[in-house]
Amino acid sequence: MLYSVIGYYSLILGLLSAIILIYFSIKNFQNSELLDTNILSFSFLQFFLVVISFLCLILSFVLSDFSNETVFNNSHTTKPLFYKISGTWGNHEGSLLLWLLVLTLFILLFLIKTKNQTIKYKILTLVFQQIIIIGFFIFLIKTSNPFNYLFPVPEEGLGLNPILQDPALAIHPPILYLGYVGSSIIFSSSLAATSLNMISSGWASHIKKWVLISWIFLTLGILLGSIWAYYELGWGGFWFWDPVENVSLMPWLALTTLLHCILVLEKKHILTSWVIILSIATFTLSMSGTFLVRSGILNSVHTFANDPERGLFILIFLFSLIFLSIFIFFFFHKTNNKDSSSLFWLSKETSIIANNWFMMYFLSVVLIGTIYPIFLDVLSSQKISVGPPFYHKLIIPFLIPFLLIMAIGPKLGWIKSKLLEKNHLILFLIISILISAIIVINFNSNFLLNTILVSCALYLFIVTLRESFNKKYKNISQNISHIGFSLLILSILLNNLSSSEIITNLKVGETFEANKTKIIFKSINQKEEKNYKSIKGTFIIENIDGIKNKMYPELRIYNQPNIVTSEADIKTTLMSDKFIVINLVKNQEYFNVRYQVKPFMLWIWLSVVLICFGGSMSFFKKKYEK
Amino acid sequence: MKNKILPVTVTFIFIMIFVTFYKGLQDSNIYTPETSSNNEIPAFSVRLFYSNEIINSSEIFDLDQFYLLNIWSSWCVPCRQEHSLLMDLVKNKNIKIFGLNYKDKKSNAKIFLKELGNPYEKIIFDIEGVNAIELGAYGVPETFLIFKNKIIKKYIGPLNQDSIEQIKQLIK
Repeated sequence: MLYSVIGYYSLILGLLSAIILIYFSIKNFQNSELLDTNILSFSFLQFFLVVISFLCLILSFVLSDFSNETVFNNSHTTKPLFYKISGTWGNHEGSLLLWLLVLTLFILLFLIKTKNQTIKYKILTLVFQQIIIIGFFIFLIKTSNPFNYLFPVPEEGLGLNPILQDPALAIHPPILYLGYVGSSIIFSSSLAATSLNMISSGWASHIKKWVLISWIFLTLGILLGSIWAYYELGWGGFWFWDPVENVSLMPWLALTTLLHCILVLEKKHILTSWVIILSIATFTLSMSGTFLVRSGILNSVHTFANDPERGLFILIFLFSLIFLSIFIFFFFHKTNNKDSSSLFWLSKETSIIANNWFMMYFLSVVLIGTIYPIFLDVLSSQKISVGPPFYHKLIIPFLIPFLLIMAIGPKLGWIKSKLLEKNHLILFLIISILISAIIVINFNSNFLLNTILVSCALYLFIVTLRESFNKKYKNISQNISHIGFSLLILSILLNNLSSSEIITNLKVGETFEANKTKIIFKSINQKEEKNYKSIKGTFIIENIDGIKNKMYPELRIYNQPNIVTSEADIKTTLMSDKFIVINLVKNQEYFNVRYQVKPFMLWIWLSVVLICFGGSMSFFKKKYEK
Repeated sequence: MKNKILPVTVTFIFIMIFVTFYKGLQDSNIYTPETSSNNEIPAFSVRLFYSNEIINSSEIFDLDQFYLLNIWSSWCVPCRQEHSLLMDLVKNKNIKIFGLNYKDKKSNAKIFLKELGNPYEKIIFDIEGVNAIELGAYGVPETFLIFKNKIIKKYIGPLNQDSIEQIKQLIK
């Protein structure tokens, strides 16, 4: 009760300090020799107020204060402490408060860390950022106040959706938000730089750090979400092209493209329009992600709160930002006419631009797949859902040139170059085609396409690997990320090619025999846990060599709210994952058993970690140089 | 003139997108099962709570009178709050109250009824929540007013004094 009041009033004071900040900024902008100290102190105050508000919400969750509506809706006394805390941001209101927290934290860091830029630029960035912050404050206070008071005070809460009770998911939102919200700084500062007409190499190397940091967090956030889907949802896959997943992939694609554009801009004064548009796109895509997920306009497996009023607010806010940026872009941005004429076809920047177009293509495929159903619904009230085949058909063929350019591009020099080591490159191409053909021929699936795909990914891997040994430490961070990417594609392809699955219904004591494996359903154990009842099956998997493995898939029947989840038992080894999951069959003693062997699952996670690692190396390396 | 075409087009495109999203928000996008539009109670088999016998749904609401179907569960806190209103309403002779026990443990449900009283003439035991979906329910608690095998009024969320008054008006 007390904490709700403190939290609520800190939010209002935070909003007030945003308005004060804008006032000081405008005053300071007119005579801008020195940064007004008030600006720094009010930014700090604002951050501090949001931290207090956030801590209050966490405390209300920890103390199970059910007079708070958010706590009542999402918590329960029997829930373990860890999930009480993570429940704070597992819901709509709390997650928005987290957005706000990260927003204020980032602008504070930006003000402190930015040293070599003009005062005007800093102030203007602050103003744009405060506009976003004000929007979120009003949104939070008006439509989704996390501190709503309930009377009479209920004795027990409704509980957190058990699917959300998972360690990976507990840290997934904060990490993802760091990425999303980090893009807001890129948005504000690129708008500021455009209005002051100072998009240049100097600005590029200054903003590069921010692009990198958001990119790293966004990548990690998506990885965690995917790991959660694999281990918890128990569908036996890691990416489902679900709208909510797509919504996080789209900013990632834009941000990755932006990162490469910034690298070009740092070296050469081209691609300025690309950089501005992508900076705007990354943030607006993150925002529309929030809009699509939170307004309930999408139908998805993980739709959260449905509230049209909230949707309307975000929609109007989002489009005000879009129109503001369109206005600034067309009004202030002067395109350099020399831009495209000075490009030579065989150079690093041309290959980057080519791949940028491919990235834009992938982005538009995902975008269309995600929002086309909405448009169709509105215009002709037909309901369709777009599934994996759509994305696979449209994306996979274009991966071939994409991977090839990615392999050769880094070998080229800036501006104008000759292809060095031609013989090596051709030799590697032949080797990778041969190796892939040998691998793919073992699987009876589309031979030609798969061979080409696998060989392209392998080619990228070999070429990049050789380069990292050849020119020592020249661009090791880029090499690591690209090797990570080639490994990712390779493991996804091989995983798809050689996964196998057995689905059957079994009773305790029964045995199922397939041509290579034998599944024995040994026994079943029931146990009462703190907030759920567990039914654990014991299975023995015997493969053709007589090696026996015991596996324990589990069903959990949660009491608050009453939901049954299945916990897959996954045995992870370096080369493959064994995955078994059971489900209840209606009114019978039979269980539906699904057993899968999925090779290279671990490699998918590891390669994404490798991609992130490359990014972080680049982030720290640049810092040391300065 | 030429360089004004682009900004205008881009702005126009975004206005179009805005309008589409705006309209999209107006339609409720919650998935509504087909049955809710044509109000007729669909035929499906249900299990009864106490007797455990399986009967057809069309046999339950077949009489020429008003029925109230209340979807409840022992784990649902708002259900607890509205229960006293149902206990009041059951005194009205014009209506029969049926319950649908949604995704519940039988033992908990029995304790719930023992504590707060049992206003239900019959209870459908819907452990998987399938019957509720077939009836077009959104969640618990939810209450349908049924006449001649047709749903004439839906109350989503807990009943309150106003909705009880409305029901009393309708069944007069």
